[in-house]
Amino acid sequence: MKRLKSIGAFWYDFVVGDDWRVATVVVVALALTAVLVHAVGVNAWWLLPACVFAALGWSLRRATRS
Amino acid sequence: MTALPLILTVFVACAVEAIEALTIVLAAGLTREWRSTFQGMAAALAVLAVIVAVLGPTITLLPLTALRLVVGALLAIFGLQWLRKAILRATGHKSLHDEASAYLREVAAAKAASASSRGRVHDWYAFTLAFKGVLLEGLEVVFIVITFGANQHNVGAAVIGAAAAVAVVAVTGIAVRAPLAKVPENAMKFAVGIMLTAFGIFWGAEGAGVSWPGHDAALLVLVPVVALVSLGYTVLLWPRPGRSQVARSSEKAVSS
Repeated sequence: MKRLKSIGAFWYDFVVGDDWRVATVVVVALALTAVLVHAVGVNAWWLLPACVFAALGWSLRRATRS
Repeated sequence: MTALPLILTVFVACAVEAIEALTIVLAAGLTREWRSTFQGMAAALAVLAVIVAVLGPTITLLPLTALRLVVGALLAIFGLQWLRKAILRATGHKSLHDEASAYLREVAAAKAASASSRGRVHDWYAFTLAFKGVLLEGLEVVFIVITFGANQHNVGAAVIGAAAAVAVVAVTGIAVRAPLAKVPENAMKFAVGIMLTAFGIFWGAEGAGVSWPGHDAALLVLVPVVALVSLGYTVLLWPRPGRSQVARSSEKAVSS
């Protein structure tokens, strides 16, 4: 069990890294983009870059304020 | 799209990780013994090669849309990690990765560890140190090789970029016989972070169904925009003259 936990922790750290919020923003932005494109019919190419830049700024602000 | 951006991105990413691995390998080899160090290094490279050989062709079997969505998301997340760290280090909010001090730490630990042999490995400590160092640093490269290569259906070009970087770093390391402390690692990580994030945004959005204005040419805009935004954040976080050195030092200590 301990070994499994440490493997899980390694992969979490490897993929997600120091700030899980950034990963969450990317996943949510991609989901929203897919909804806008397929359900609403909007070619929302701008949404992901905007969310990524905002997430980076937010993460940097949190890191420098802590 | 030509294979050049792919090869260059993988080359720089791999060079950064190879420099970090070299520091560990040198500490193990020069402090303990070279034979076990080379065994550990070879075992790690073999594991990494198997991962590329198995995952590379497998991932290219996925439908292109699904592949781009998943790989794009992973690359964007991964790229943002690299960019975040590079910006924090460039602005003094996180201490720079120092190969010289990392080397001294590894040497001190290697000298203190006792010797024991297992099977054909004469010095188990040197073996595991080299194995772990090369494997862990190499995993990031494998991730980039597979995701970049698979998305462009050119894993071979990505492998060429990675192999060239390993060769250059290894030859330089053998010639210098010291950690490559003067290489601008943070600037290289910054550049790789920009490329990973830009390609991640491009492929991720395409996977979600977006049609980019200008199609592939959108990348020619996206890469500089990511670079400019990242540089903008760096300027915003740049230490101001009014802030005291003590305050900055305590911030570094907290974040490192």
